Amino acid sequence: MSSIKLTRRTALASAAVALASIGRAHAAEGKLTLTGSSTVAPLALEMAKRFEKQNPGVRIDVQSGGSSRGIADARSGAAQIGLVSRALKAEERDLIAHTVALDGISLILHRSNPVASLSDAQIKAIYTGQVRNWREVGGPDLPITVVNKAEGRSTLELFLHYFALSNSQIKPQVVIGDNAQGIKTVAGSVGAIGYVSIGAADYEARQGTAIKLLPMGGVAASAAQVRAGKFPLARPLNLVTRGEPTGLALAFIRFAKSQAAHDLVEAQFFVALDAP
Amino acid sequence: MILSKPSSLLRSTRLDADPLTARALGALAVGAVLLLALVLGFLAREAAPVLTPHGLARFVASDGWFPLEQRLGLLPMVWATLAAALGALLLAAPLGLGVAVFVCFYADAATARALRLLLALLAGIPSVVFGLWGLTVLVPLIARWQPPGASLLAATLILALMVVPTVALTSASALAAVPQPLLRGAAALGLSPVGSILGVALPAARSGIVGGLVLATARALGETMAVLMVAGNVVQTPGSVFDPVRVLTANIALEMAYATGEHRAALFASGLLLGVLVLALAAAAARMPRGGAGVQ
Repeated sequence: MSSIKLTRRTALASAAVALASIGRAHAAEGKLTLTGSSTVAPLALEMAKRFEKQNPGVRIDVQSGGSSRGIADARSGAAQIGLVSRALKAEERDLIAHTVALDGISLILHRSNPVASLSDAQIKAIYTGQVRNWREVGGPDLPITVVNKAEGRSTLELFLHYFALSNSQIKPQVVIGDNAQGIKTVAGSVGAIGYVSIGAADYEARQGTAIKLLPMGGVAASAAQVRAGKFPLARPLNLVTRGEPTGLALAFIRFAKSQAAHDLVEAQFFVALDAP
Repeated sequence: MILSKPSSLLRSTRLDADPLTARALGALAVGAVLLLALVLGFLAREAAPVLTPHGLARFVASDGWFPLEQRLGLLPMVWATLAAALGALLLAAPLGLGVAVFVCFYADAATARALRLLLALLAGIPSVVFGLWGLTVLVPLIARWQPPGASLLAATLILALMVVPTVALTSASALAAVPQPLLRGAAALGLSPVGSILGVALPAARSGIVGGLVLATARALGETMAVLMVAGNVVQTPGSVFDPVRVLTANIALEMAYATGEHRAALFASGLLLGVLVLALAAAAARMPRGGAGVQ
């Protein structure tokens, strides 16, 4: 009961998992099961839809249930491909990671806010409620509106992990759901600070929305810096396999990393890698 | 009560006259009720893991809502939900009633028609549009005065705006259904127009008006999107109208897609609670003494 099934054929999903474990030979006939991270699952589902359309007869089932499930299922063979929204740990070297996209988050302020940068310690102090006015970090005399994400969002997870915080330590004034709502909230409030996916923030800022992206550790927040691996608040989105992938799994991974899937990556506000 | 005998008599004769239609309609009616029961049953089943005495105690006793840290305090969201819905009703009821009285007794035919059309239009606007307006206009306006802007006040105002047409339209039809002889009688007794509206028309239309208010409250309790966009969604018991709050519906919408295990069950439990709230409201309204045309 701990998984959310994203597939259109929910009834088939569990059957597919069972089938995959009965006979590996069937995988080559056109069935692929992907399980894992809820961050990667929506992207994988979109990729699967397009891949199915291009390869009639192929069936791909995507289920989410967290990165740890992705690792476990790829290891046990319950899924041919695991979805993992972080770099592999040292004890997971038995698996091979295929990075299909990068996920970076950027802190955003209202465009009229003169504060040009904040240190990690300052951001932590603001989010834990120790600093409540922009004056204390070199800004104007203006109360800070802390915008946080709702529980369960991957951006929240990445943010908490980076700053080594737990969600109950954060003292927000506004809690938002998706990136678009976060951007509109910050754009509508001069004293606000929020964080959203870099792809979404970058796009909106270029469209003239009244937000600005804060650099982190002296590195500008941009898709290019995330791609170059220089931006600190970022993580890879991986497809993982046990051993070198073969057959259908290999074909899908090649497709997912190719130019043909880049627009899907960008539609989810992730950063696409350069085509190999 | 005196009416009950003749009406059952009436029903039995109609049954004789057309048993097929009666059975078909009966089956449809039972089906509709069964569907609702199924939904409630499903909610209860999914919520079952947290519907233990220990789990229920946690809803009340936990400080704060941090499901990933096993803290499932629902109470602040219940207060916020009730505050926003009742606040909206307090604002919308006089406004809606005022509009209804104006439409029925003061406006000329053309103005009344235009007003009704406008109200119907307002009632048909999707809630996300109200939310968008609230997020981009109302919230920044309040933020300039009392940051952060996203607050119980913003939610209440948006909800009031959304339920005014419901109150106005139902009250207007209830007032229009008041029998003319009652009003003429009032005039003949020398009551002023204001006197006959307050003393005769409104009491006579009471049950229709109350029905409209119940509908409006149910809509305010159940509204999700617009409130999610303007309320700020911080889980806390509101201390002032400028505090950001999270209502139960917004909580479900924000977290359901990502929730697993106990967290998910707790969200279903909050859905069940909302259902019970609305049912209790409807039950309370049904127990109100009937007004209507038969008033003495």
